[in-house]
Amino acid sequence: MKRFTYVIQDPLGIHARPAGLLVKAAKEFADTTITLTKEDKTVKGTQLMKLMGLGVKTGDSVTVTAEGASEDAAIAAMEQFFKNNL
Amino acid sequence: MKILQGQGVSKGIEKGTLYFYHRVSAVVEQQMAQDPAAERARLEAARVQAMEQLEAMAERARAQAGDDAAILFETHAMFLEDEDFTGAMDEQLDEGYTAEYAAQQAGEQFAAMLAAMDDPYMQARAADVRDVTGRLLNILTGVAEGGINSEVPVILAADDLAPSETIQLDKSKILAIATQGGSGNSHTAILARTMGIPAVCGLGDALSEDLDGQEAYIVGETGQLVFEPDEETLAGLEARQQKQAEMRVLMRSMVGQKDVTLDGREMMVYCNIGSPEDIHAVLANDGQGVGLFRSEFLYLATEDYPTEEAQFRAYKQVAEAMKGKRVVIRTLDIGADKQVDYFHLNKEENPAMGVRAIRICLNRPEVFRTQLRALYRASAYGKVAIMFPMITSVWEVEECRRACREVMDELTAEGIPFNPDTELGIMIETPAAVFMAEELAELVDFFSVGTNDLTQYTLACDRQCSGLGRFFDPHHPAVLRALKAAADAAHRAGIWIGICGELGADLELLPTFLAMGIDELSVSPSAVLPLRSAIRKSTAAACTLDLLKG
Repeated sequence: MKRFTYVIQDPLGIHARPAGLLVKAAKEFADTTITLTKEDKTVKGTQLMKLMGLGVKTGDSVTVTAEGASEDAAIAAMEQFFKNNL
Repeated sequence: MKILQGQGVSKGIEKGTLYFYHRVSAVVEQQMAQDPAAERARLEAARVQAMEQLEAMAERARAQAGDDAAILFETHAMFLEDEDFTGAMDEQLDEGYTAEYAAQQAGEQFAAMLAAMDDPYMQARAADVRDVTGRLLNILTGVAEGGINSEVPVILAADDLAPSETIQLDKSKILAIATQGGSGNSHTAILARTMGIPAVCGLGDALSEDLDGQEAYIVGETGQLVFEPDEETLAGLEARQQKQAEMRVLMRSMVGQKDVTLDGREMMVYCNIGSPEDIHAVLANDGQGVGLFRSEFLYLATEDYPTEEAQFRAYKQVAEAMKGKRVVIRTLDIGADKQVDYFHLNKEENPAMGVRAIRICLNRPEVFRTQLRALYRASAYGKVAIMFPMITSVWEVEECRRACREVMDELTAEGIPFNPDTELGIMIETPAAVFMAEELAELVDFFSVGTNDLTQYTLACDRQCSGLGRFFDPHHPAVLRALKAAADAAHRAGIWIGICGELGADLELLPTFLAMGIDELSVSPSAVLPLRSAIRKSTAAACTLDLLKG
């Protein structure tokens, strides 16, 4: 399993639009499970409403993991996604 | 007279008849399906149809109100693709319920989850989920959406409007919107603002259906709905209406036109802004650029130094929104008079003359570097210009330029795009900068005069001191002569000079500025139209420097 932790920079946090884009990005890796954890709550990267339900705000720290056949590519794509969008 | 008070969420005034929006909502009962397989197929067909509708609406919104409005419907479409949402519907179908009941239950479950969050933005998203669910139900039950059945435009009244409802309604029939619920965060408010129609939300039960068909004034600025105004109120409302009509005529006559005097002298009319949100007002008033974007909000709003990334985003957002028009961003301008705890500035007896603005940046290269990196990165996304405040010496500008070069070298090495020809300018706000203007002009691409500070330092009058009254006189010939000296130095060096202080909007001084050859005036967005109108009535050749006489 691969992981990284990221501090959200976007002033609005993970709001609807980046959440939607994130789901799209996560669905690219059908053979790999991507998760996001904020404090004690974990959701899959493909769960749009649950992702919004995490209520991730600017300055919050989230941990992203990838586990599966393409975990290296998936975690790299996620890191890039967070840097570019969040 | 009767006045209903709500929250004004979109500016403007209109007079019209109240028209209640009747939502034909599908009634859903908890029912078991006759044929579970058929229900599954019905729901899937409705889901696909809803997605198609939303895609079409996204296109329509994009054409009517821009990308921001379109994103909303794209988000709705994504909800319908969400595996948890479809999963929740499937669970209900598995239990044997009808497609309608399954959709409604799933929608309520997620709407309730969002509504329970402590973040107002997320709470407002509950309405989105209900909106999407309503769409599914309408398709399933074959209920048509409610329209406006009126020949003349009306003030649309409703409990709350779903974004899809607002976008589907015939805009030519809507003068304004009044709702019982909703907030400034709601999509109705955002759409009303984008479309430039007044809207008042949160009127509560007072906005009852008994009022249907009654005539009222709606005022976005005050958040009021006024019925049968008395004479005095009516006069005020009519004056406001008159002013709005004049502004619209003005606006129409000036949109997209250059700001030139009768004898052909061009003046750049820009806006001062304090945060990325202000860009809406700039665009609404047809500002030709941003002459001063105060970057302080980034520092004042946080509990620690804002990161390069957070700054980059804010700058990029504004640069992109202005679509190639100039955006002058001022590097941080704080001092001991503005409370930013994490800077740990020493308490000063006289903060106006203390460690502030560029002095902080030059003393703390890391803070400066972070901001410069963010600014240069944003320069790849629009016409960004960087401006340094509180300059008194040539060496300060040399040091700023050196810092810029270092940042550009870093970005080049990292392969990050930026515009190497990003304009660099300085604020002229100290007498020292005026005396050194000749040399300073050789080092930069533009000057911008901060008239408030220039007045304070030239006249030795503390801006914060309340007893100074007539001594603090921005029209003082000494201030105007300082301006002229800076303008002459700028023009000799072939660079442009603007004014970004409050004086820029002072119409009494416009002839003096024209006589000096000031190239740019940057004012608050609301001052743009009166200023443009005055410029277009002026004759530059006839303007004199009489006010500079002692």
